[in-house]
Amino acid sequence: MNDTKTMPASKGNRRPYVSPRSRLPIAVPKQRNRSGLQLTRWIGLGLFSFWLLVAMFGPLLAPYPMGAFVSDQIYGGASTAHLLGTDYMGRDMLSRMLTGARYTVGLALVAALLSSLVGAGFGMLTVLLPRWLEESVRRIFDTLISIPSKMMALVMVSAFGTSIPLLILAAVLSYAPGSFRIAHSLAKNLSTLEYVQVAHTRGEGRLYIAAVEIFPNMIQPVLTDMGMRFVFIVLLLSGMSFLGLGVQPPAADLGSLVRENIGGLSQGALAVIAPALAIGSLTVGANLLIDSLSNSRDSQKE
Amino acid sequence: MQGESLIVRDLDICATPPGEDELTIVSQISFALKPGEVMSLIGESGSGKTTIALAMMGYARRGCRIAGGSVQLGETDILTLSAVETRALRGHRVTYIAQSAAAAFNPSRRLMDQVIEGALIHGVMDRQQAQQKAIQLFGELALPDPEHIGDRYPHQVSGGQLQRLMAAMALITDPALVILDEPTTALDVTTQVDVLRAFKRVMRERGTTALYVSHDLAVVAQIADHVLVLQAGEEQEQGAIGQILDNPGHAYTRSLLAAARPEARTPSGPQSSGDELLRIDDLQVGYGRCDRNGLPNNVVLDHIQLRIDRGQTLGVIGESGSGKSTLARAVAGLVAPSRGEVQFNCRELPPTLRGRTPDQFRRIQIVFQSADNALNPAHSVRRLLNRPLETYFQMSRDARQRRVEELMDLVKLPRTLLDRKPSGLSGGQKQRVNLARALAAEPDLILCDEVTSALDTVVGAAILELLAELRRELGVAYLFISHDISTVRSLCDDVMVLYQGECVEFGPCSTVLSQPQHDYTRKLIGSVPELQPGWLEGCQWSTHTQPSTAPV
Repeated sequence: MNDTKTMPASKGNRRPYVSPRSRLPIAVPKQRNRSGLQLTRWIGLGLFSFWLLVAMFGPLLAPYPMGAFVSDQIYGGASTAHLLGTDYMGRDMLSRMLTGARYTVGLALVAALLSSLVGAGFGMLTVLLPRWLEESVRRIFDTLISIPSKMMALVMVSAFGTSIPLLILAAVLSYAPGSFRIAHSLAKNLSTLEYVQVAHTRGEGRLYIAAVEIFPNMIQPVLTDMGMRFVFIVLLLSGMSFLGLGVQPPAADLGSLVRENIGGLSQGALAVIAPALAIGSLTVGANLLIDSLSNSRDSQKE
Repeated sequence: MQGESLIVRDLDICATPPGEDELTIVSQISFALKPGEVMSLIGESGSGKTTIALAMMGYARRGCRIAGGSVQLGETDILTLSAVETRALRGHRVTYIAQSAAAAFNPSRRLMDQVIEGALIHGVMDRQQAQQKAIQLFGELALPDPEHIGDRYPHQVSGGQLQRLMAAMALITDPALVILDEPTTALDVTTQVDVLRAFKRVMRERGTTALYVSHDLAVVAQIADHVLVLQAGEEQEQGAIGQILDNPGHAYTRSLLAAARPEARTPSGPQSSGDELLRIDDLQVGYGRCDRNGLPNNVVLDHIQLRIDRGQTLGVIGESGSGKSTLARAVAGLVAPSRGEVQFNCRELPPTLRGRTPDQFRRIQIVFQSADNALNPAHSVRRLLNRPLETYFQMSRDARQRRVEELMDLVKLPRTLLDRKPSGLSGGQKQRVNLARALAAEPDLILCDEVTSALDTVVGAAILELLAELRRELGVAYLFISHDISTVRSLCDDVMVLYQGECVEFGPCSTVLSQPQHDYTRKLIGSVPELQPGWLEGCQWSTHTQPSTAPV
């Protein structure tokens, strides 16, 4: 057999350059709107990291102490002295928001972390437990999931009085079960995969299989889920504060700022609009960020 | 409508991987078909077979682009059609039969509605006519109870029936061109014969022009008039089927032919020493709740007896659902048998993982079919190979490092792959890593569950070669599970034929496969397509000839 035969006959007269812009209408692949995706990611990232920074450094930047009565005017508009106006008692709104954001973001972050930790941890381990134990843990979480979150938080606050650890506990109890369900179903699918079975036949322990074989393959959906829990918890805590059962005065989170200044709503006061917008931008930002992260993961998988 | 001629000229298709430059994945493909002829595209996975076939409908997958050339079907130049005209073309004049019928049918709708959907959408006929036509097609495709099978849901029919129903779906509009994309690859050999026969008859009677995508030359030999051999998106050889089989011009075609005709087993290395390694007595395995007598709801395996000596290879063959994999899982300790005992190294093997000693874990290793799922995608090759060394042997870091490199040499992989994740490896490379991981434990017995089934013939042949070589060098014994008789023939000493969970025949490989005693074994052997046109017509087996369950 001679060498020329191993090359396809057509190779010789092959066109050197194939036009990149083909005129064939149907053959053009659907291009994913990449720039759009990028844009929402940057918006999300920007909004979210802005609020994270505010939560960390906000109190240092506040021009006035958060409880100080600095103006005679209530529901004052924006001015150079008070960039976000003043509240219903003449306190500087900017300072109150810079300080209050720490409660909202911080509490929600801690609660979301704990929810995911509890949920994902149990979700992963139960898969490897004997069946009866797995079932009983699942039923306990199912019971918790059937209680409306706000109701549970209200009952807990009215029984034990409000405090920050209690608010976190209420949020974790409300949101860990959902996180458990997601982590459990992910882990259940992974645990039937062959590499997990190979690990079983190697004689590996449960903890090793959970931590090394299963966990790395479910970390990303769990993170996405945690982001969603964060948004829910922000809304739960803001709702609680709005009802006057959350963070107590003189401290205030974004939800209680809205409530305090609700009287100014008829005047269109900045004092009620600003914290409401803050809650909105925080949750929208977190959502956009989560969306774009999970989208880019999908496209990686393809 | 009759089949029409198909002329493809200088087809180029480009793909753009994310974040990289565009590259040509199919280049300069030309061929011509007269009405009623069947062209087969053959090549390994990634050779562009399906990409070319899809281009016949003017379709390119996401990230791909038909960059040049022309596709002329009858009077129509397909690649110049507008989006609306293409939509009218697809599912009407050009139809498609996919590999996995189970994935192509909507599980929540009745079969009849799905079969006639194409005809209704394109307004070819009204519902009444379409249903009549469908029933006629069901009959022609040898489906049981053609009048009423359409009232069922996809899960109520078997895989082979579903594949024929999809053919009915494709043929209902009397298309000018049918594209068959590996339509029998996912089927058992015994079912494949029936499906091929039905396809062939219907296509011949209707004079359908067809494009048949396959990697199996023996199947192609039954159905195609012409063959186009592809490698890496380029044509290697094109010609009439007889000429390709008898007188292949290209080296690649010859290697495909060689892989499709594995040589009869060369007596390999040390014959079994006579030391018993594994003995199974009257094993029964089942799933579900056990009744009063300890009999499970679903008995998957029953009355299994076998013995493997040190360094020996036992092949287990049977169709899907025959309990082959369950046997391996029972030996590995993943399912507990409901009766019977397993002796390993002359000691009783605890039925589940819980009772086994680390040494028993080490001595029995399992290698699964799909290397995609058998290797943890989050770990690098180095880490995958290190873990068994850590668990079983107290080795220093350096010793482990050396051993990992040795293992890579053993399975003939370059050491540069050590830091890659499984996603960065090809199918054959993954299967080699999979094997290396089992070898790391220095086992006495490796349970191989369909290790070559997911691979291309050429790559699979290389893995078989490697298995035989490892056995010669290391004296390891295999329990080799496969549905493919030729792989069993090329590797195994003894063979066990499973049918519906029972062993119907057991004995030395050469005897069983050359002089099968049981009907089912004969059927299994007789159903494997041979590399000659016209074999299908001579084949007497079909699913209607049910073997008796009792051993002869």
